[in-house]
Amino acid sequence: MARPRKFPFALLLRTLCAWGVALLLFFPLFWLFLTAFKTELQAIAQPPLLFFTPTLENFREVQERSDYLLYAGNSLITSLGSTLLGLALAVPAAYALAFFKGRWTKDILMWMLSTKMMPAVGALVPVYVLAQMAGLLDTRLALTVVFTMSNLPIMVWMLYTNYKEIPSEILEAARMDGATLWQEFRQVLLPLSWGGLASTGLLCLVLSWNEAFWSLNLSSANAGTLATLIASYSSPEGLFWAKLSAASLMAVAPIVVFGWFSQRQLVQGLTFGAVK
Amino acid sequence: MQTTASRRVPRLLLTPAMLTLFLWMIVPLVMTIYFSFIHYNLMQPERTGFVGWMNYAYFVTDPSFGAAILNTLLLLGSVIVITVLMGIAIALLVDEPFPGRGIVRVLLISPFFVIPTANALLWKHMMMNPVYGVLSQVWQFFGAEPLDWLTDLPLLSVIVMVAWQWLPFAALIFITALQSMNREQLEASRMDGANYFQQLRYLYLPHLGRSVAVVVMIELIFLLSVFAEIYTTTGGGPGDASTNIAFLIFKQALLNFDAGVASAGALFAVVLANIVAVFMIRLVGKNLDR
Repeated sequence: MARPRKFPFALLLRTLCAWGVALLLFFPLFWLFLTAFKTELQAIAQPPLLFFTPTLENFREVQERSDYLLYAGNSLITSLGSTLLGLALAVPAAYALAFFKGRWTKDILMWMLSTKMMPAVGALVPVYVLAQMAGLLDTRLALTVVFTMSNLPIMVWMLYTNYKEIPSEILEAARMDGATLWQEFRQVLLPLSWGGLASTGLLCLVLSWNEAFWSLNLSSANAGTLATLIASYSSPEGLFWAKLSAASLMAVAPIVVFGWFSQRQLVQGLTFGAVK
Repeated sequence: MQTTASRRVPRLLLTPAMLTLFLWMIVPLVMTIYFSFIHYNLMQPERTGFVGWMNYAYFVTDPSFGAAILNTLLLLGSVIVITVLMGIAIALLVDEPFPGRGIVRVLLISPFFVIPTANALLWKHMMMNPVYGVLSQVWQFFGAEPLDWLTDLPLLSVIVMVAWQWLPFAALIFITALQSMNREQLEASRMDGANYFQQLRYLYLPHLGRSVAVVVMIELIFLLSVFAEIYTTTGGGPGDASTNIAFLIFKQALLNFDAGVASAGALFAVVLANIVAVFMIRLVGKNLDR
């Protein structure tokens, strides 16, 4: 028996509230986008301008000041590199932890996570000295390795919680049938867990792209990522808001748009098994 | 029954990740301990030698030390409370279908993908500038005196920036968690005359418990060493008002060039992290036992 519902009003209210909150949270990014296409004078106009003739001048000037493509390339290479390297290390480890549960499984997992608790700044001086000794300061290789190590614990955890959902009997059956380890992985585990693999990779990609501590301290003109390019706009001369916005937009847009398309997948994996 | 061979395989698979992580942890740690006991100033290479606990004494008696610990904990605590409470509120708001829900979801998650340095400069200039910033314009519109955020409320400014970045993360986790709610149970409780607050208390919040633990865990890990937001905006100031432990150590190492004192400080940060870690393991340990 259908109860009379006073839905329309409640629905309207909820719709308005949800859109209001979403727009409020998104507003700073929207403003960044607008400012990037203003002239420097329009950028500080009072009251703030919502309608104006857009200009591409800022993007040209940003590119002239520093080679955007170099920084973007560095971000891309270090992010992709650390994601692939991280998956290569994390997948076997997570597989072993999830399907061969031993006395130490829980302790190993906790220990791994605890290395992530070590503040990066605690390792700053040694890592800097080591990188210097190895001649790796301001190289993409050093950043890739450091990003990988700082993401590895999270990656193992995400993959572990994902693999835990898979009944180990399926893998055992494959083993009984004489499948090699590689066949077992390739033909049984991968098809069952590719969602978890994707979301782990996506998260690592985002975290590396947005990593700012190590890239600010270990890289500059040669291997600098987009995070360092933006930081170079923190103490400029004269009017610079429009140029700052243009540079920020160019740095942020690729990963934000990428995030829009992958967010569902990403969040699924991020729940660490908290959602059944 | 496991054979010897089947026990060797998992160990072999586990070794690369564990070995690299172990090196990544132990080598810097040992070096840091060593540096913390010697005179090691990058500007005075001629002065060397063992100095005992002097670096520690120097770091702890630095008036900035207490402020930095307090700021670290304040930043951590405020952002976690803000993101969890507002995240739950947002998740409840968008839980049931309404027009444009997909777009709202995409708008909500966006700040999570913003590079911290860009986030910080965007807020520092375009939002929080006392004259031209959007916030000051809004303040003036309502007839209030515009604030000079970064000078008068530096720590709160950093909290706003960091919370803006992490609120989407928390909200999205909670939204995903709510999707697995038992709808029939909800419907049944409504039939039985439960009001919204009763549903909230007995159905929604208990269901979210585990994902709250996950959000707190991840944020603890990432927020203990907030750095870029401080580095690009306040520079830890004015005074020490927005200096956290991470930034204080950075200041000693790369601005005062005193790697010895910085190393002593780093060990304090490690101890602090371990205290938080013990708390965290209590929190999520239960999650592993299911």
